[in-house]
Amino acid sequence: MKIVVCIKQVPDTTNVRINPETNTLIREGVESIINPFDMYALEEAIRLKEKHGGEVIVMSMGPPQVESSLKDAIALGADQAILLTDRAFAGADTLATSYTLAAGINALNDADLVIMGKQAIDGDTGQVGPGVAENLGVPHITDIRKIEEVTDNYMVCERLLEEGYVRLKVKFPAVITVVKEINEPRLPSLKGKMKAKSATILQWTTKDLDIDVDRLGLTGSPTQVVRIFTPPKPEGGKVYKGETRDMVSELLSDLQANGVAIKKSKGN
Amino acid sequence: MSNGIKVIKDKCVGCGLCVKSCPYGAIELIDKKAVINEKCTLCGVCVDACRKFGAIVITRNTFRGQDIAAYSGICVYAEHRQGKLSSIVPEIIGAARELKKDLSKPICAILVGKDVSAMAREIISYGVDEVLMIDNPKIGDFAEDIQAQLVADILTEKKPEIFLGGGTIIGRSLLPKVAAKLLTGLTADCTELAIDPDEKILHQTRPAFGGNIMATILCRNHRPQMATVRHKVMKPADIVEGYEGKVTDMSHIAIPESQIEVLEFVEEQTETVNIADADFIVSGGRGLKDPKNFKLIEDLAKALGGAVGASRAAVDADWIPYSHQVGQTGKTVNPNIYVACGISGAIQHLAGMKSSDIIIAINSDPEAPIFDVAHYGIVGDLFEVVPEMIKQIKGA
Repeated sequence: MKIVVCIKQVPDTTNVRINPETNTLIREGVESIINPFDMYALEEAIRLKEKHGGEVIVMSMGPPQVESSLKDAIALGADQAILLTDRAFAGADTLATSYTLAAGINALNDADLVIMGKQAIDGDTGQVGPGVAENLGVPHITDIRKIEEVTDNYMVCERLLEEGYVRLKVKFPAVITVVKEINEPRLPSLKGKMKAKSATILQWTTKDLDIDVDRLGLTGSPTQVVRIFTPPKPEGGKVYKGETRDMVSELLSDLQANGVAIKKSKGN
Repeated sequence: MSNGIKVIKDKCVGCGLCVKSCPYGAIELIDKKAVINEKCTLCGVCVDACRKFGAIVITRNTFRGQDIAAYSGICVYAEHRQGKLSSIVPEIIGAARELKKDLSKPICAILVGKDVSAMAREIISYGVDEVLMIDNPKIGDFAEDIQAQLVADILTEKKPEIFLGGGTIIGRSLLPKVAAKLLTGLTADCTELAIDPDEKILHQTRPAFGGNIMATILCRNHRPQMATVRHKVMKPADIVEGYEGKVTDMSHIAIPESQIEVLEFVEEQTETVNIADADFIVSGGRGLKDPKNFKLIEDLAKALGGAVGASRAAVDADWIPYSHQVGQTGKTVNPNIYVACGISGAIQHLAGMKSSDIIIAINSDPEAPIFDVAHYGIVGDLFEVVPEMIKQIKGA
């Protein structure tokens, strides 16, 4: 089967700190990584290939430096990597991004399955998976925590919900997004790293795609960010120290004084 | 004029505010002037940072949208499951009623599914003027491929200027598909909605970068203006006794065949698992030291009638299933009270619970970052503090 994994390069927020004075992100020394959720998508694709055969193609849209993340994906076991890169793509919101990625996937011919992480940790929207599905004209399922069965025509999977989960069967081709629970991503092997070093990352621009230029980048984006601000810095709260019993009773009476109802257990 | 970002050299004073603000490291100071490199994604953060000097401008030339004058009114998506309206629905209607005050336009709701007629009255009772309904056994729960088509068809026919859905698993899957069909903008997981007094368009504010920055987003030239609304942020609409609204049957719209089949729906013990809906959450982290100590967290959660959450450290150590994880790679929660026990408060955890109404932290390390966001902090041993809390709550 032909599996496409869409990845996004994001700033590594595990190293992000907040400047306590300005309450802004400290960007110095922050590296770019593959969006953590996309690592689960890539791992799942590689596992499916190992079990059922086929190929894994990794695709990303972004500036030229995204090539390093695509090489990382090759090191982990992807067979091929394609970067959609063009100044015309810059400034894309989720609608324009979905359209562009779908054009890239269409150019590959006959992908059976497209996998992505449930959202990217910088934008946190989760909108590109369903958007790509719509542009490809195929169904999608979000928040998958387990793939149970894969045949030539369909797959059975478990989708995480607020209050439990649902088992769904979806026909191919389809787009899915995955949550962290689905697997534990592997580390790159030495052989993989060697392969990545010599791998060529294909770069596709608007000229390589069957695409309407009016729907790309900033031009193709209906949404517009008009203001960015840091949320108000939390005021330090009240801190209790001392004997356990006193701290707890003081806390409970403070809560009550502030009109917070602490629910009593039904047994009392 | 083509799109792009430009630094107006005469206005740039070389202060470096833009360099610090850029989330992508795409601005450098060269000869005391800002220079934008190829890493730029045109996100616009720097334009805002430079508002005082106005030295950075982004020109945009958006593709032609619909005839926006033809669109009017507010529409909400009535999410439901297993024959029940989702708890997010009164919250979305509450938000819509606030917008109605400024727009003076009616509110309609889209209700599509199987055996949904009984919910129409309930929706109206929250102050909805019209329910646009398709009740058909062919529209099963989770068949988002066909639901999206039906919602898009209804929106195309009714032309509301605003369409809101829940920032739920379903809402955040369905609405992006609808927006892609209608070629309009969608803002995810908004925490604030307002009508611009002059332009009468929707200001959509949402957290990004794990809640470290907030962004206000507009959809100027396309309709409807679409947004999903974060769970438990908007005040739910009250029931308006005897509110008069009508139900409009939309079943003239053709129902396509779904490619998705539901095999089984499994509800887990909702009492302690459903952290997205919970008013009280008690969370445990690395400080619990051992999986069996989660019992203590469960006991306090039960005493408060709440759900059990966990930090990533606890989930990664296999102490508790992933469905309990709060934070950037888990769930985002907004309970009335969040009690963090033995959780240091890594930035990724804070991203998932920072907007809780009241945060109570219990940690033995007074320097733990969780105390920076906590409204009430107890510096002490959780193995002593938690049992004492249970005792005093039960005795209260």
